[in-house]
Amino acid sequence: MKENFTVLDSLNHALSRALADDKQVYLLGEDLLDPYGGAFKVTRGLSTAFPNRVITTPVSEAGILGLATGMALRGLRPVVEIMFGDFITLGTDQLVNHAAKFRYIYNDEVKAPLIVRTPMGGRRGYGPTHSQTIEKLFMGVPGLSVVAPTSVGDPGQLLYDVIMNTDDPLLFVENKLLYAVPIMDFTSSQEFILIRREGGGSFSTPTYILTIMGAPSPVLTLAAYGYMVELAREAILRLAYEEEIFAELVVPTRLTPFEIEPILASMHRTGRLLAIEESTLSMGWGSELLARLVEVSSQKIKAVRRVAANDHPLPAASTLESAALPDVETIIRTARDMVRGS
Amino acid sequence: MTDDLTLYHSLYRIRRFEETVLDNFSRGVFRGTTHTCLGQEANAVGVISHLTLDDIVISNHRCHGHFLAYGGDLRALFAELMGRSTGVCAGRGGSQHLHWRNFYSNGVLGGTIPIATGIALAEKLKGTNAVTVAFLGDGALGQGVVYEALNMASRFRAPILYILEDNRIAQTTPVEIALAGSMSARFTAFDIPCAERDTSDVRDILPVSENLLNQIRQQKSPQALILHTCRFGPHSKGDDTRPESEIASMKASRDPCAIQASRLNPEERATIETLVENEIREAFQQALNDPSPQTEESEGTEY
Repeated sequence: MKENFTVLDSLNHALSRALADDKQVYLLGEDLLDPYGGAFKVTRGLSTAFPNRVITTPVSEAGILGLATGMALRGLRPVVEIMFGDFITLGTDQLVNHAAKFRYIYNDEVKAPLIVRTPMGGRRGYGPTHSQTIEKLFMGVPGLSVVAPTSVGDPGQLLYDVIMNTDDPLLFVENKLLYAVPIMDFTSSQEFILIRREGGGSFSTPTYILTIMGAPSPVLTLAAYGYMVELAREAILRLAYEEEIFAELVVPTRLTPFEIEPILASMHRTGRLLAIEESTLSMGWGSELLARLVEVSSQKIKAVRRVAANDHPLPAASTLESAALPDVETIIRTARDMVRGS
Repeated sequence: MTDDLTLYHSLYRIRRFEETVLDNFSRGVFRGTTHTCLGQEANAVGVISHLTLDDIVISNHRCHGHFLAYGGDLRALFAELMGRSTGVCAGRGGSQHLHWRNFYSNGVLGGTIPIATGIALAEKLKGTNAVTVAFLGDGALGQGVVYEALNMASRFRAPILYILEDNRIAQTTPVEIALAGSMSARFTAFDIPCAERDTSDVRDILPVSENLLNQIRQQKSPQALILHTCRFGPHSKGDDTRPESEIASMKASRDPCAIQASRLNPEERATIETLVENEIREAFQQALNDPSPQTEESEGTEY
């Protein structure tokens, strides 16, 4: 893999490959055309290479999602970019009452292979309406999958696989801080061992398990997705070197429908689970994860906890935003409490 | 097939289907809700009669007439409304959510319009000659997503015909209370040409819709047709707040079935009506005897 090959590069190449390999693939979204190439540049160069299949749209999130759903119903593979994840609420009716329902209510006689890519996440000072992590609003919607890439594994391949293989609408959540992060190369890593577990379903949505090379048996499982994986990875290193607390990190790429087995297996090894997410704490991915683990676990659970954002709107000021979002220190402190008690 | 006998058969078949549904709701044969198109039958027949097998119809909550005019099966539609496994969608969709061949309906007002536009655009991108017809009512004009769709239809030159069925009332709210400004200007503001007819006569609707569909096929761009019409029945089952006299006056002057029946001689009319009564009775009874769908064991466990 090339040096400094970032998550953004990986996603951009994947879109290019999908467009090249399948003439049914179309990209739709706001401000996609070169030289701008999308607000976060994920579609950079694509409108030049594929001028007839990269469609820049008016500022109409609901309209775009409806348009793309119609295209998907008729055999195309549209990939929609919603410029900021916050704006996906504008298209909620299209996703929830239309795209996600058609296959089921039409008795499995139709397919709606709609991919919705969107950047979520804060830490860039964009303020309350351009920084949220709100995929949890869509995680309980039957018929709609939610998938999140990370710098672990191959985010571009994940995107390529879902574009080419999904038969149903799918929300692909890209944390915006991940774009600049280089893809982790674990083949030459001196610190981590990476294990990949394949998921079920018609396309590959692997779960990754990171452990520290040469460490004793882990006593704690961390589960995280998206950009929180970066922070959790730093946390397990520091926990090992500074606290002699050994943890393993489980990273799902498919958030819903839930793939609980790899996380459950890890928790059975360690007896403790810490769920880490950038979304607000209440009613989220972590809550659901913990509930399911407690329901199905056949072993004694020593401790379960969550680390998430504070339950208030994200402020713009740097100090306030940092205080609201989960950071490495919070993860370490919570982990220490879980293992040693406070 | 647009001879007078066929047209009357199509109109009367829709009429008797809808009346049968309403009559039997109180008997508990149907549950949930339904929206009949009594009084609006000519719109469905007058537009859909021109379509080819490749063309596509997107309908709304008031979809039974569109479905039957499209060629949908009476028994399958009764069965869908009764929640039977032989229904159009095996009982999953119910009254407002139908799909068969190139026919799709959904129950959220206006939400289908961007989808219809995307379907039309997809057919154009695929290089087919298919035209998409999207039905919406005056109530849907309150939904913002309709205007997003019209804007994109015009910009992307989607080959689509929007049929605005203006029955002058949205559930219980008269159009005068809910709607500001001009209906046709809503389309022409986006450079979508808009024709307009105030009629319940299928013979008035046939030529204008044929002309618009031909233009769409040639020009590969959108058109709109406003059909001012009359809703004889309640919005759903028993929620009509209009005075009886108002409805009686509409029925006297604007009944699509009566208008078309006047073109037939009494024997022809009686023959068709007997034929339809038999069709309806058989379809209803078959659907009634059909089995209820069963849940698969795995269903619902994935989440």
